[in-house]
Amino acid sequence: MSSITYLEAIRLAQRKALADDPRVFLYGQDIGTFGGAFKATKSLAKEFPGRVLDSPISEDAMVGLAIGAAVEGMRPIVEMQFADFSTCGFNQIVNQAATLHYRTGTACPIVVRLPSGGTPGSGPFHSQSMEAIYAHYPGLVVMTPATVDDAYSMLLEAVALDDPVIFCEHKFLYYHLKAEQLPDQALPFGKARIARPGRDVTVVTHGAMLHESLAAAEELSSDGYDIEVVDLRTVRPLDTDTILASVARTGRLLAVGEAWPWGGVTAEVVARVASEGFGLLDAPPQRLNAKETPVPYHPALWGTHRPTAGTIASSLRHLLEL
Amino acid sequence: MSKGSVTSPRKAKESPKTGISPASKTPGKSSSKSTGDTGTGAGVTRELARKGYRTMLEARLLEEKLAALYRSGKIVGGVFLGRGQEALSVALGLHLRRGDIYAPLIRDQAGRLAFGDTILDTLRTYLGSILGSMRGRDGNIHRGRPSEGYHAMISHLGAMVSTVCGGLVARRFRGESGVVGATCIGEGGTSTGSFHEGLNMAAVEKLPLVVVVANNQFSYSTPNDRQFACPDLTARAAGYGIVGRRAVGNDLIDCLRVIGEAVAAARSGEGPQLVVADLLRLVGHGEHDDASYIPESLKKSELGRDCLLLARESLIEKGWMTEEEAVAWRDAVALEVEETASKVLREPAPDPVDEDWNAFASLGREGEQ
Ligand SMILES: Cc1ncc(C[n+]2csc(CCOP(=O)(O)OP(=O)(O)O)c2C)c(N)n1
Ligand SMILES: [Mg+2]
Repeated sequence: MSSITYLEAIRLAQRKALADDPRVFLYGQDIGTFGGAFKATKSLAKEFPGRVLDSPISEDAMVGLAIGAAVEGMRPIVEMQFADFSTCGFNQIVNQAATLHYRTGTACPIVVRLPSGGTPGSGPFHSQSMEAIYAHYPGLVVMTPATVDDAYSMLLEAVALDDPVIFCEHKFLYYHLKAEQLPDQALPFGKARIARPGRDVTVVTHGAMLHESLAAAEELSSDGYDIEVVDLRTVRPLDTDTILASVARTGRLLAVGEAWPWGGVTAEVVARVASEGFGLLDAPPQRLNAKETPVPYHPALWGTHRPTAGTIASSLRHLLEL
Repeated sequence: MSKGSVTSPRKAKESPKTGISPASKTPGKSSSKSTGDTGTGAGVTRELARKGYRTMLEARLLEEKLAALYRSGKIVGGVFLGRGQEALSVALGLHLRRGDIYAPLIRDQAGRLAFGDTILDTLRTYLGSILGSMRGRDGNIHRGRPSEGYHAMISHLGAMVSTVCGGLVARRFRGESGVVGATCIGEGGTSTGSFHEGLNMAAVEKLPLVVVVANNQFSYSTPNDRQFACPDLTARAAGYGIVGRRAVGNDLIDCLRVIGEAVAAARSGEGPQLVVADLLRLVGHGEHDDASYIPESLKKSELGRDCLLLARESLIEKGWMTEEEAVAWRDAVALEVEETASKVLREPAPDPVDEDWNAFASLGREGEQ
């Protein structure tokens, strides 16, 4: 049998959502007959006539439309062509979707799909990781699936949820990651996963950095170190319990993120461990993030801008000596 | 003021589809300045006009009370009033039906009451009563019941246009026809990207959307010559491929007629409608503002004439209302406003201890399931 990519899992989850729930419709640029910039909606317009709609290039109004439809009981999934362009729909996401239920008691069950993160050659405006920005706002759920299974089951979960979900699917994983079959069971919502058990250091990460971190852990295992890797899966909610339990086992924390460090997910992880698990730590908590410039275009620069298995491994070695 | 900032009322691009000849008299002096064939009120019934006047009166007296409560420190935050804009606002609210979608903006107290909002819930929201629809979580004009088609505006101008589009798309998915969605905005709000995106989207989807622009010549203190350079905002409709109409903003009968036509056209599948009306707000931007930037000459012009007084004159002249009725209504509304306010002033405020402090609909505070 042919294997299923992370991207195909996203397509199949949308297909299932459309098939199972008449309230679901898809809205985004070029997603109809063309099947989307990444083909995440390939053939869905044909299969579900009238329910996969091409939108104008109007991110603000796209999200506004989804909100208005959700108020009327629909379950819209909006595709941003790239996560970066969600900034043009930022107002609707953070000021209308995120506030609606608190203000009015009316739920806002929308899903906004953000093709996120860097790939070689994508440059400053097609590479961003926006999860920390959205996670800042109460009322939004922010999902960051790092596996084919999660891409599939978490997207279905997102559609079923009565709250607005920012679904940060990672473009670097679109074709790289494959699974033999779709999962028949989902992991519990909002819970992090121990992707690799260990006892010497806890690495907390998400998205594409999970795979860099796993490779780094593998590298260190040849030196006799057992690195535990925690995949956050959702950054909001942030599963502090699983993180603290892991740090209790290892005594050391390295938070790894593809985004910039300032006020980001790694900052939040370190802050929580420092304030709630200070006594568990044998060394100062560390973090590793992208360099603090826009995401550069050239693969040689890009490969250094973001954390990699190599830089994560050196950070781990440094932390093990502290 | 720029030469384009005060345009004289002009004939709407579309001629009235009703085919009723303009038999009735020109209702207000402002519209008698028009090119001659607007402001006839063709198709506006006595019943509708009376309802319009009565609701305008409610909005006016309620807002006067809100201003007084603000001055006495009972209302905190902003108080933004629609004085002078009641005719335009009420006309839209009256032409909508239960089951339609309505997203009013800051100067739409009259339209809100016409759509079914109440004096009681208005006062509760302004005074922060826990019994109000917003429960102290939001206030003043940021109120609504979205699940009943009555959207609660966010402050960000232009944002509600696409939200109403979404509601209409949902209705279309459900196979409902004959539904109209409507929103209002000031002329300043038309400069936002959201306004443009929303109208363009509505046009692409051919939605039954009515957008009413109250061109009160200023956005806060900014005159129109610093806001846009086109001489007539209705011209924008052509750019979107939709119908543009013009109403005389302080003339109740004309507003009822033009907006009635726009709503009917949208309802019968003719696509989005843009209605622009010139008028003046007869108060500051908010109650903190003395509006000293509005020139006296403009206040004394036709635009500065009070729509409530004009409507009163017009209805009496038509024999649709008597002086005695007008006085009796005023007394009755004033009493209702006073009684409701004193009741709401005794209602409980939200208690931070009882507040659940949870922004999620289906999850715990931390987002846990
Ligand atoms: C996007 C946005 N920017 C700024 C503001 C602040 N603001 C509130 S009302 C207003 C003036 C609005 O003018 P206009 O749209 O003409 O409406 P009017 O107040 O005249 O009824 C401004 C600038 C806002 N609410 N939204
Ligand atoms: Mg204005």
